[in-house]
Amino acid sequence: MTAAVEIDHVTQRFGDFTAVHDASLTIEAGEFFSFLGPSGCGKTTLLRLVSGFMDPTEGRIAIGGKDMRGIGPNKRPTAMIFQNLALFPLMSVAENIAFGLEVRGLGKAERRRRADELLDLIALPGQGDKKVSELSGGQRQRVAIARALAVEPAVLLLDEPLSALDLKLRQHMRAELRAIQKRTGVTFIYITHDQGEALAMSDRVAVMRAGHIEQVASPTELYDRPATGFVAGFVGETNRIAGRLLQGAAGYGVLETAFGPLSARFDGSDGSGHALYVRPERLSLGDAGTGNRLKATLDSSAFEGAHLLVSARLGDGSPLVVQVPNAGQPFTVAPGQDFTVSFTADDAIILAGEG
Amino acid sequence: MTLLFRRHGWPLGVAMLLIVAFWIIVQVVLPQILMIDFSFRPNLLPSEIGGPKDAYTLRNYETLWANDVHFAIFVKTIAASAVVTLLTLVVCYPIAFHLAYELKGPKAARLMLVLVIPFWINEILRTFAWYIVLAYAGPLNALLVGIGVLDEPMRFLDGNGGVMVGMVYAYLLFMVFPLYNAIESLDPAQVEAARDLGASWGRIHRRVIIPHAKPGIATGCIMVFMLAAGSYAVPALLGSPNSRWFTEIIYNWFFEGGNWNQGAAYAFILLLLCVGFIFAMMRLFRVSLGELTR
Repeated sequence: MTAAVEIDHVTQRFGDFTAVHDASLTIEAGEFFSFLGPSGCGKTTLLRLVSGFMDPTEGRIAIGGKDMRGIGPNKRPTAMIFQNLALFPLMSVAENIAFGLEVRGLGKAERRRRADELLDLIALPGQGDKKVSELSGGQRQRVAIARALAVEPAVLLLDEPLSALDLKLRQHMRAELRAIQKRTGVTFIYITHDQGEALAMSDRVAVMRAGHIEQVASPTELYDRPATGFVAGFVGETNRIAGRLLQGAAGYGVLETAFGPLSARFDGSDGSGHALYVRPERLSLGDAGTGNRLKATLDSSAFEGAHLLVSARLGDGSPLVVQVPNAGQPFTVAPGQDFTVSFTADDAIILAGEG
Repeated sequence: MTLLFRRHGWPLGVAMLLIVAFWIIVQVVLPQILMIDFSFRPNLLPSEIGGPKDAYTLRNYETLWANDVHFAIFVKTIAASAVVTLLTLVVCYPIAFHLAYELKGPKAARLMLVLVIPFWINEILRTFAWYIVLAYAGPLNALLVGIGVLDEPMRFLDGNGGVMVGMVYAYLLFMVFPLYNAIESLDPAQVEAARDLGASWGRIHRRVIIPHAKPGIATGCIMVFMLAAGSYAVPALLGSPNSRWFTEIIYNWFFEGGNWNQGAAYAFILLLLCVGFIFAMMRLFRVSLGELTR
């Protein structure tokens, strides 16, 4: 695979504020790559650096092996889908889609032909003469995608394009985006604060926090092997139990906690403030006999169909969430009552640093 | 109306209605009706008013078409006002774009203040200032000759040039503000999207910003055109005897010829033709009335 985008020690400052701090990563051609992080983490800044709306204070951005410094957004092989889509309201749907081709000097008939092709691709055939305002939210979304794809970019940049849609449509568009990406083979760089979106669509995800890239990994690795406590907490639900590292070679470690020693996977990283992270669905009710055991007091439980979401408190009052699969057995613990959960060392991970 | 009363109570509501009614009826409609009435009556000696000669006639409206000099000045006034409008647009569009798109916020407000301050001075004085600047022995000529652009001073005030410069300056703000408002309401992402798709700045202006700003452009152009066509002070001060404006002829009918009836007719012809010209232009550029008040 070849690198579509190389981000090499990129730092971006706005006055005293550092929006992106020494970021380095490589995005492969044909990859669906996401930047995930809370708002203000620098992911949009990074996208604007790649698209060319600004040049980094320090570092280098290369697209297709070519250094992009000094090259404006109109000269880069990228196309962007804006958060609010930024479709041109005074142009028809076809004119919108063909705008980039008009810029490139294509004739009217050729533009129309390409626009019609793209309208077929986004499943809006024959709607080219409509006004943008006549389309629904999801249709506008697809027109924005077609407009960006029309210029045949090497890299498509998407800035939280689904955030304005309702939940149902958002889920539908996830699949659609993924399908369009597979069909066209274009490299997608996707910005989102919604971890569900990032996990569902991406080949790889970079989790960002306060201008730093915390981890770059596949969705499964991100979920199962978070590199930092922040990643463990931000990607999916997790339970955090703080403690002191008793022993820890690479592989497994033992953490001394308020509830006794607990063993879990451990990568051997140094640092202070170790904590154990375990996902709610990895906790099982009852005493399994082996592995780690925790005693908790039930607060409440919520039935969610496929599973039961149990909120409880540990001995020191810290919350514990357990997700119990609906296997046909009734959950009999009453609020205020104690119960035991257990998990194996492979179900949990010990990470250094604050959550 | 009910909303007005509900929001302000009936005493304040009635007061507001009365004030607006007074303004429209007494200060706008009645004087106009009086002038229309004047324009259809012959110019008579005071003793003849009310006598047998005092009958409605179209004669005042026919005068213009028979008088070649007046008619030529009339046509020139319309054409020159159109040129002034175009020049003002060309001068103001970059200013408005810079203010609305590139500066925004407090910086734009400061620059706007700098634009407005000169207009705190009376229009006549400002026009006199231009008279001095453009004079044969004035500073502009001195500068141009000094840096070698001109070999000898030019007579800027001889033709229509001085009048046009003065008018562009006088009506600058009437163009800048509508343009500013229109451009400011454009979502910056639209410009970025166009740029991202490869468009040059020229194309972005042509395809995205100007179409969006069209209602503002139309409003500014209409205001400047009407003001230019109806201007008196600027042509009177900066014009030469061979660059007379139609308003000067109307003025002469009123105050030198003492023929108010003829003057009123001329004024209405000017008004009607200006309105007609504007509607024709709006049609040409496909602007609807609704868009102007947006």
